[in-house]
Amino acid sequence: MIGGLLERNPRLAQWIWGFKPPERGTIILVHRRVYIVPTRLGWLFAATLLILLIGSINYSLALGFALTFLLAGVGLAGMVHTARNLARIAVSTGRAEPAFAGESAQFRIYLDGRSGSDRPAILARHVGSGSQFVIDIPPQALAEVVLAVPARRRGWLPLGRVLLETRFPLGLFRAWSYIEPDARCLVYPQPERTPLPAPLAEAAAGALRSQAAGSDDFSGLRTYQLSDSPRHVAWKAVARSDELLTKQFTGEAAAQLWLDWRLLPATAGQEQRLSRLAGWVLAAERAGAFYGLRLPGVEIAPRRGDAHAGTCLQALALYELR
Amino acid sequence: MKNAAAHPLLPEARLATTRDLVLLCGSLALVVLPHATRAPWWLTLLTLCLFAWRIHYSINGVPLPSRWLVLAVAGVAMLGVWVEYRTIFGRQPGIVLLMLFAGLKVLETRTHRDAAAAAFLGYFLIVTNFLYTQAMPTALAMALALFAITATLTGFSAPNRAPRANLRTAALLLAHGVPTAAALFLLFPRVQGPLWGLPQDAYSARTGLSETMAPGEISRLVLSDTIAFRAEFEGTPPASQVRYWRGPVLWDFDGRVWSAGAQSLGKFAPPGGASATYRYSVVLEPHNQSWLFALEVPTSLPEDSRYSADGIVLAAAPVRSRVRYEMSSAIAPRGAPEEQPAQLARALRLPAGVNPRTLALAEELRLASRGDDEIVARAIGFLRRGRYAYTLEPPLLGQDSVDEFLFDFKAGFCEHFSSAFVFLMRAAGVPARVVTGYQGGELNPVDHIITVRQSDAHAWAEVHVRGRGWVRVDPTATAAPSRLDAGLARSIQQSEQPLLMRADFEWLRSLHHQWDAAAYKWNVWVLGYNSERQREFMSYVGLRSSDWRALVATLFTVLGILTVLLLAWSLRRVARPDPVQRAWRAFCLKLAARGVERSPSEGPRDYAERAARALPLARRAILRIGDLYIGLRYGRERNPRGTKDLRRLVRELRVA
Repeated sequence: MIGGLLERNPRLAQWIWGFKPPERGTIILVHRRVYIVPTRLGWLFAATLLILLIGSINYSLALGFALTFLLAGVGLAGMVHTARNLARIAVSTGRAEPAFAGESAQFRIYLDGRSGSDRPAILARHVGSGSQFVIDIPPQALAEVVLAVPARRRGWLPLGRVLLETRFPLGLFRAWSYIEPDARCLVYPQPERTPLPAPLAEAAAGALRSQAAGSDDFSGLRTYQLSDSPRHVAWKAVARSDELLTKQFTGEAAAQLWLDWRLLPATAGQEQRLSRLAGWVLAAERAGAFYGLRLPGVEIAPRRGDAHAGTCLQALALYELR
Repeated sequence: MKNAAAHPLLPEARLATTRDLVLLCGSLALVVLPHATRAPWWLTLLTLCLFAWRIHYSINGVPLPSRWLVLAVAGVAMLGVWVEYRTIFGRQPGIVLLMLFAGLKVLETRTHRDAAAAAFLGYFLIVTNFLYTQAMPTALAMALALFAITATLTGFSAPNRAPRANLRTAALLLAHGVPTAAALFLLFPRVQGPLWGLPQDAYSARTGLSETMAPGEISRLVLSDTIAFRAEFEGTPPASQVRYWRGPVLWDFDGRVWSAGAQSLGKFAPPGGASATYRYSVVLEPHNQSWLFALEVPTSLPEDSRYSADGIVLAAAPVRSRVRYEMSSAIAPRGAPEEQPAQLARALRLPAGVNPRTLALAEELRLASRGDDEIVARAIGFLRRGRYAYTLEPPLLGQDSVDEFLFDFKAGFCEHFSSAFVFLMRAAGVPARVVTGYQGGELNPVDHIITVRQSDAHAWAEVHVRGRGWVRVDPTATAAPSRLDAGLARSIQQSEQPLLMRADFEWLRSLHHQWDAAAYKWNVWVLGYNSERQREFMSYVGLRSSDWRALVATLFTVLGILTVLLLAWSLRRVARPDPVQRAWRAFCLKLAARGVERSPSEGPRDYAERAARALPLARRAILRIGDLYIGLRYGRERNPRGTKDLRRLVRELRVA
């Protein structure tokens, strides 16, 4: 109920959580943002103290009073320690590698303890997906948390709200804080795992034909370049010499493959077309072809290599999105 | 929670590891073991076995015993407790059951939540130890147990942490808890218990004097080193010979046992014109009787007390916890009030047909004397001439106990002397009574406090002399005069005494004095801290009002201050960014204000160059700051001059 209320009233949520999402740069969990309430164990502890107090009064036990009050003091100190375990942590996010829709995006969150003492047992939980991780931050150190967030749709996937929580040291209190870092992950369309279809070859102005004829025809070796696919490295040759060599295939240079939006049947929906194209990009890259991508309003010149594949997939991911 | 994923910080979601269980059982053993001397041996053993059983399950990875087996163990053990005590209610069976439950709770512990509940049970068991003794060693041992349990509890919240780190955290928590605890201890409004009826056995087994005196009773009592009370005098305390602390006055004799009998209704009026008056305070150990010991004749009453007809001070209720009271007393006052005739008649009554030889001796004394004074003097002379032995192990006496003591065995303890003397006086027509109490007491040279132990228990006589009232006569002093100067220790043979009382252990005695002085302070300031002391404390710190509202208001103020201090500590422990980083941050903020914001992925060099292009007026300064920062942050050497320059440049940077 409260969650729904906060979702409808973002300004109320901002006021309550103490920040305006999304937050850029390093987020520092100031005390204002750390909330603390007793846990069920905390209430049990309080009940224990009450019984101890009544017993001490009844039997006039001076040391019973001393014990009760010392435990009360420890409980109070425990509250401050619990809040301190979370407060003033600096949260930053790392680059999230692009993921395909249907897989999960791996968000990296760095928790900087910025403290001479360790910060044990801190839970980081992605509120939207429930993906969670418990971590101990060593003294004066950075700890990395990887949250796997399911990527359902192509485009930019924002990280969304993350809960940081701790109950250390006594488990009597629960301190928590919400953060919403400005981290996002590029989600490619879910690739349709299809081979490059033959009928399209005609329409592709002969490009596919030459690719189909010569892609397996080994013609020689050349020096490895960074853009070469690892699949084409001549590993046996590498084992003989120290040099990385790439296998070359006849006709490869001539194979100019255009992966064109217009090749796909108009009956297929936009997302289905993008999926198909994404599948082709992967297949073409796997085949070692030079391929270009044509979308309405977008044209990427034929090249090959992982970087090129990334450019093509990004274009597909962001097609007609802001 | 809308997510089904289990919360990994919930204690009920985490299983207790072997390490957790070993630490838990170890710290619980610290609170269970002190009970071993009082609980039935089999129950202590069973509790420890339950601990071991649980650890065995954990080490060997077998599933825990079924609930039915646990219930069966609990049932059998409870039956055992019932057989032992014939009840399962009351204090002692209750504590024993609590020990048992600690063992059973550990046995069925699966998760950290169960383990935490067992740890809380451990806190309970600490307090049950205080029901028996609250002396300093117990307090120390229990403080250790508290530390161990808290460290164990800390481990449950951080399963991957090293136990040593948890010990450190627990120590820190306790250290941070102490100021709060002190504030609560001093300021929490103390209510005088009990809140409801206590179990029947709550005050059993207290040593001390009673309302009767049978042969051998006091000589058994004096073997005990237990402290009866402590007294602190304003100024010089009276000499040991005249320190007679009066207790119950015994009027009635049945030939064997002296007893206080029914209280007479007469009123006691404190006499005036004493030769010496002493003001002192007494810290009385609980003895479960209502009399408050005072030196000789009390001239003032503490709060909530009254005089009995025979001049001893009675509290409103039996003394069941340590009490402290202020008194003043007179020694050997003049012009004592006259006694009521009924009481005088009672002080002459004797059982019929016993001790014929003593009766004959009394007749002889009476005929030879002209007045009561002379009878008393002659009787003392008779005892002195008789060379009576003062011994802790007198022979057993028969029907005519006084005759046998006076004429046959000629050896006895103070009870024999006083009994025989009072019998003799009554037979000779002089009203007399037996007074029990304590004589002397040890003056501690460290803090000048007089400690009176059960070993100082004594019995003497009082005779009523016309015109002078009741006069103290100590027949024991005639036989063993050193009893009064040096106490029991030097007046009877050494082999009969408890070790600590022997004279040849001087160094041990001196250590004992130090310890006693500390124990006295502990008793008065820690254990004896009650609502009255609370009032004193409040007026000492300058707060006039000391009702509970004032206490609570002060308490909350102090607690608020302490919490703020703790919070300040928690902020302090976080490291500040270094000056280079701070200067750089200020620089970025300044530029951002002019619209050149650094993007998170932008390095300092790129940023400085971009900013220099965007703000050509400040170009040189910006590039210089960028270079300095890169040198200081990523360069090999630490250069304090550079840091200074950087901070100055950033401060002076004008980007308008």
